[in-house]
Amino acid sequence: MKQSFTVSIGGAAGQGVATPGDIFAKIFARRGLHVNTYNAYQSIIRGGHTFLTIRSGVEEVTNMGDRIDLLIPLNQDTMDRHLGLLGPGAAVIYNSDSIKPGAAAGGVQICPLPVAKLADITRNKVAQNTLAIGASLSMLGVGFQPLEQALTEQFKKKGEAVVAENVSVARAGYQYATENFKPFANPLPMTDKGYAVLGGNMALAMGGAAAGVKFYCAYPMSPSTGVLHWMATHARKAGIMVRQVEDEIGVVNMAIGAAHAGVRAMCATSGGGFALMSEGLGMSAMIETPVVVIDVQRAGPSTGVPTKTEQGDLWQMLGAAFGDYPRLIAAPEDILDCFRIIPEMFNLVDRFQCPGLVLGDLLLSEGRSTVDPKDLDFNVPIDRGELITSADGNGADGYKRYKITESGISPRAIPGVPGHIHTAATDEHDEDGVLISDEFTNPIKRRAMMEKRMRKVEGMEAAVQPPRLMGPPGAEVTLIGWGSTKGVIQEAVEILNEQGISANYLPIRWLVPLKGEAIVEILKKSRYTIIVENNYSGQFARYLRSETSYVPNGHIRKYDGEPFMPHHIVEAVKEQLAGKTKLSVPAHEIMV
Amino acid sequence: MATVVEIPKQVTMADLKGKVDPDWCPGCGDFGVLAAVQKALVELQIQPHNVVTISGIGCSSNFPGYINTYGMHTLHGRALAVATGVKMSNHHLTVMVTGGDGDGFGIGGNHFVHTMRRNVDLLYIVMDNQIYGLTTGQTSPTSRLGMKTKSMPFGNIEAPVNPIALALAAGATFVARGYSAEQKHFTELVKAGLEHKGFSFLDVFSPCVTYNHDNTYQWFKPRVKKLEDDPGYDASDWYAAMEKAQLWGDEIPIGRFFQRTDLPSLHGAEPILADDVPMVERELRVPAQAAREFVEELM
Repeated sequence: MKQSFTVSIGGAAGQGVATPGDIFAKIFARRGLHVNTYNAYQSIIRGGHTFLTIRSGVEEVTNMGDRIDLLIPLNQDTMDRHLGLLGPGAAVIYNSDSIKPGAAAGGVQICPLPVAKLADITRNKVAQNTLAIGASLSMLGVGFQPLEQALTEQFKKKGEAVVAENVSVARAGYQYATENFKPFANPLPMTDKGYAVLGGNMALAMGGAAAGVKFYCAYPMSPSTGVLHWMATHARKAGIMVRQVEDEIGVVNMAIGAAHAGVRAMCATSGGGFALMSEGLGMSAMIETPVVVIDVQRAGPSTGVPTKTEQGDLWQMLGAAFGDYPRLIAAPEDILDCFRIIPEMFNLVDRFQCPGLVLGDLLLSEGRSTVDPKDLDFNVPIDRGELITSADGNGADGYKRYKITESGISPRAIPGVPGHIHTAATDEHDEDGVLISDEFTNPIKRRAMMEKRMRKVEGMEAAVQPPRLMGPPGAEVTLIGWGSTKGVIQEAVEILNEQGISANYLPIRWLVPLKGEAIVEILKKSRYTIIVENNYSGQFARYLRSETSYVPNGHIRKYDGEPFMPHHIVEAVKEQLAGKTKLSVPAHEIMV
Repeated sequence: MATVVEIPKQVTMADLKGKVDPDWCPGCGDFGVLAAVQKALVELQIQPHNVVTISGIGCSSNFPGYINTYGMHTLHGRALAVATGVKMSNHHLTVMVTGGDGDGFGIGGNHFVHTMRRNVDLLYIVMDNQIYGLTTGQTSPTSRLGMKTKSMPFGNIEAPVNPIALALAAGATFVARGYSAEQKHFTELVKAGLEHKGFSFLDVFSPCVTYNHDNTYQWFKPRVKKLEDDPGYDASDWYAAMEKAQLWGDEIPIGRFFQRTDLPSLHGAEPILADDVPMVERELRVPAQAAREFVEELM
């Protein structure tokens, strides 16, 4: 069993759940611990219920885990909802002036803080939060200094008085806990590592910056808005132009316009916005102008559940825009991969002159994870493909923008280059760009142009790595997942192996091209296969079957808006191996 | 990126001739628009490779194929969004957007309004024939009340949009209307629009000889009155422009309704372009120091 420590903070939106979360994450990461955070929140600015889970450990923590060690309820509602989740060895720290504990399980330490006695609550509205952080760190055997430093950084913009006030409140909580509460059985470990705390949306944006994006535009849409926020905040330093546009139709068209004039252009949205963009993707493919579009999935259909996660947009992505055209689709596997996948995608879309779609989800985009700062290397390989940016050395005579080639790729001249004038048309066109759609339709030319574009698919197939089987070969059960579920599947597999059920897993990152033959080759050797995905209909299972005829032995699906926890998968595997069902839909025990 | 080698060359009408001839119906108003735009580019001596002509979909949106500049024939209604992207990527290019009334005021209405308020430095020419032509004659957003079309055979019951008033309200900094049969006058408007540093809206009556039997050359001829013929008209007066924009009937004003030059265009207001280096000519990589700072923020 992986050693980890999990703290969960809950309250109404506006009560300040985020700040303690950031402070815990920072202190844990600086102690050389891995951190993974998941925020279960709602589409409300004030009120409702927000529940932030921060898990840390010496070994990599890839998901929120199964157990809460410390609960900090900021209101009665949180206490009532979640106290029952705590088991022996866990603790709850709460404001005893306003919150009453219910019946806790045996071995749960109840830690009441007399907030009004410890701090001046007329001056400090979030005193209970700061006191609770101080108390927690005392119980975890962490010295006060890291907290003092974190608070200083957090509040320095508000002036020295605010810093001093918060530090003194935190110290009061720390001392009170030292005198009144029992420390946790195991003090928080420490290593000599130093980690960065990275969020998924940030990572996608930083990946864009590393890739050389010079134009980013968006319409705000949860849970992708964090990409826009990072871009807007860092635009000047990074040398990126950022625009907020009237709607997602405008967004994708503006990005394609910018890309057409020669820059790397990117945009991000969620499912609803992506639906509006789809006609634009067809344009990108037809005029052969590369663009990268990120869809951060949320629970659908329609407005759906804006603050909840799902992997329900795969078929929208596969079918976006009418007609056949080459496209690339990849799903980042974890938060660091959000950073890595963007430059990789840009190199491919520049090379193949087509749209590239990145399929993230709320679990990654709003989650946070520690990464080795060395892995955030901005010095990535950049390949702009066959791009003509000046007339030097290029014979201007007879330039054909859509020249028919063996690879299907035609050298792309950008506007402004003398001698390469052409019109890029969304209508079907000949090699020189002249329309063959209206007056001079021609089945021979139409077929040739269609085949030219679609020939790029062969090159794409060769450019992408097939997935690799992880864990012991020849295992009793093989779990297949795509994108963000990799971390939780990895841990479920570890638990299964510890419990004597040999298991391995196949994480899928590239959806188009799928590498279907390689996948089937691996799965043929597997004894029992289960596809794990965060949607109702088994979108990946249906896609895999349509591409390869492969049908797995079972399915584990979840579509309640919340991500999988390791035990959901472990228990589902057990019931399937026992022959009880071929489709498991785990119930989410945490009411958020 | 290597510097583009400029070849100074006298631009002639022949240089601007497209690869193919227009497929518009004989007598279509769009021929006059094309000729005037070519003349304006010759008179201003703008090198064709530094011009991007961008359109949406419709009869008039075939325009980029008929003029020898860089061209983009984009999606129905989306030309202004694409053009904004092009201009932001390389603001040294001259950007022209050409299209029809359905493309611009119907399906593209949202982008029309927002591109104006952003004051993107481009010339937008709407060949306004008050009908959908390419789809063989349906009511358009500028079709007059009562006009009978295939989609409203008993007469249009929806009030038309007033493009001039809409442009004024949305904050366009250059608002003009031309008539394609008034070649000289219209060419001057195109030149003024190209020279204006900001969003130039140029609505042009471009009669559809096939599907619009109401708003014909014969109908327009006695009605159009040039604002330039009125010495008292002040095109810097927004209220006067709004008042003139309401005229429709026996007298229909054409000419420059409004122009203001005191507002920066979008690229002029964009801090990232303060050094005037187009985005497309910049170093792709984030400066090493910035990259270090981005990571340090996370520690």
